[in-house]
Amino acid sequence: MSVHTFQFVGCVEVRQALDRRALDERELMDRLEEVPAGSIAYHTHGYFLRHRPFTTPYGNDFAAWVAVHVRDQALAERLAVINPFEFTDVEDLREELTSTIHDHLLRLSSVPQVEFGEPFYFQQSHLVEVPLGPACTTLAEFRAQLGEVESSAIYVHMVEARTRLGRRSDDFAEWLRTSLGLADLAERIERIDTYMTSLERVRARILSLVDAALAEPRS
Amino acid sequence: MRLDDYRAVAPRGALDIIHRLAERLAGRRVLHVSAGRFGTGSAEMLTTVVPLIADVGIEASWEITGGDPPFYATARALGAALEGRERVLDDEALDHYVEMNRVNAKKLRLDADVVIVHDVQPATLVTDRPAEGRWLWRCHFDCSRPTRRAWSFMRRFLGQYDAAVFSLPKFTRRLTVPHYVIHPAIDPLSDKNRDLGPLQITRQLDALRVPRDRPLLVQVGPFTRAADPLGVVNAYRLVRRYHHVRLVLAGTAGEDQESVEVLGELREVAQHDPDVIVLELPPEAHLQINALQRAATIVLQKSLREGFGLGAAEAMWKGKPVIGGSAGGLTQQIIYDVTGYTVHSVDGAAFRIRHLLNHPELIARMGAAGREHVRRSFLATRHLTDSLALLIHVMR
Repeated sequence: MSVHTFQFVGCVEVRQALDRRALDERELMDRLEEVPAGSIAYHTHGYFLRHRPFTTPYGNDFAAWVAVHVRDQALAERLAVINPFEFTDVEDLREELTSTIHDHLLRLSSVPQVEFGEPFYFQQSHLVEVPLGPACTTLAEFRAQLGEVESSAIYVHMVEARTRLGRRSDDFAEWLRTSLGLADLAERIERIDTYMTSLERVRARILSLVDAALAEPRS
Repeated sequence: MRLDDYRAVAPRGALDIIHRLAERLAGRRVLHVSAGRFGTGSAEMLTTVVPLIADVGIEASWEITGGDPPFYATARALGAALEGRERVLDDEALDHYVEMNRVNAKKLRLDADVVIVHDVQPATLVTDRPAEGRWLWRCHFDCSRPTRRAWSFMRRFLGQYDAAVFSLPKFTRRLTVPHYVIHPAIDPLSDKNRDLGPLQITRQLDALRVPRDRPLLVQVGPFTRAADPLGVVNAYRLVRRYHHVRLVLAGTAGEDQESVEVLGELREVAQHDPDVIVLELPPEAHLQINALQRAATIVLQKSLREGFGLGAAEAMWKGKPVIGGSAGGLTQQIIYDVTGYTVHSVDGAAFRIRHLLNHPELIARMGAAGREHVRRSFLATRHLTDSLALLIHVMR
């Protein structure tokens, strides 16, 4: 990405099944400690990419499995509130997930397991990124493309950018601040809560912020 | 069909992604090899996908393998055994099957950048793979519980591929090569799924003698124990104490003993209850199935065992809530409490039918959610996107 232009990039997940599965919560914890970091990201950040246009009450695959297949609402609640977007390092996220399960198991006399549901199948994904549309140089061009671009681009720039680059800021905010000098707008976009929502809602929120900025009288 | 024909039904921007992916594959040759061009889920999928791959500028071709009756019989037995059904597989028959595929390999042009071999019949072609090109084995069925003999035979061939592709993680079996996951998809423009006007629906239902004076519960599927049409009848009987509904069970009967028995039992039920309609349809009755699903109030797919079970996606595409068994790909397709329900029992199915009939606003809401869910996740355009991304990934 050049300093002065913004290139929207979409993505497609190539999903890979790993030979690891869990039938109870201890196995889930043990496997969580050994799977590749990409698998943790797939089941947490990737949940946001896959669950469109709907969100479910869980926010990541681990919480959803514990709730639906193990039927342990207490642990599901605790895993669901772990916001993956607050972790710039996947290893820290892995630690948070495993320590939460460990702490939960310490309070129980037996390990909750799947009785009528399905095992948890660990997967990972490889993102194939795809440039979309011409590069933008102005806020108006940015707005026009943002309104039309495939929603995976919202994931790449708002979610993947943070985990890929290990920074708090997303691609949109970074470009608006450094290339267009729109620090206020950048800050407002950075404050959007991307957890427990959908890519389309995030798009709509950014569009409304950009529209408001475009409507402001120029100084 | 051209890719642009799908613009009106695909999600916003989906076709642009496909064109951009295709640009990265320009000049590459992709070859699909399957057992035949008709009568299987993989053939139906290839009929849609291969022309679309060609339409975006990639050289795509589709070859089929052939042989003598013992070759077909062994391939069928091996396929059944890989799905976990006990079959007699003797060494002589397996050797002949491998030999026939060696003959196939000599006849077919197998030099491509990526060769995708579908299911069992052509699987051993890989022993004659050229030095160049990547080879993928695409398994369309649940391979997780094969018989030991079948797996031990097949594993040595599968290890010669560069990767395997399954429809679900739970359908996989431990292999020495990476296994990827691509969910199957429906063609929204096919006769089975394209939009039908009210008049067309009425005509089809009139021809099938299905009255529309009451809410319709519809299950489309084979007349087998695994599809559990008798369980659906029992659920309907629990529901009819409270609601005046009609049940339609439609499907194609096989020639095997099980199908004959199940169909006989269903006909017996229908003889004593005019509100149960059993329709034995030919395999090409796509428009009739389309109309039945569109006329349904609730669609059931209460399978006890299931492959991916795309019937659920077909029904959701038509804006119907789906009550499915907790089996195969149904748990993947139905978002519980959002697009329908997965259930574990006859009572569970009856409870959810009553719940929906008592809350008609939920029927409309779940139906609309189901259509959007399928638009995003189970249309041929998504399948094409995933397939192109996989090709790019394996050619890296």
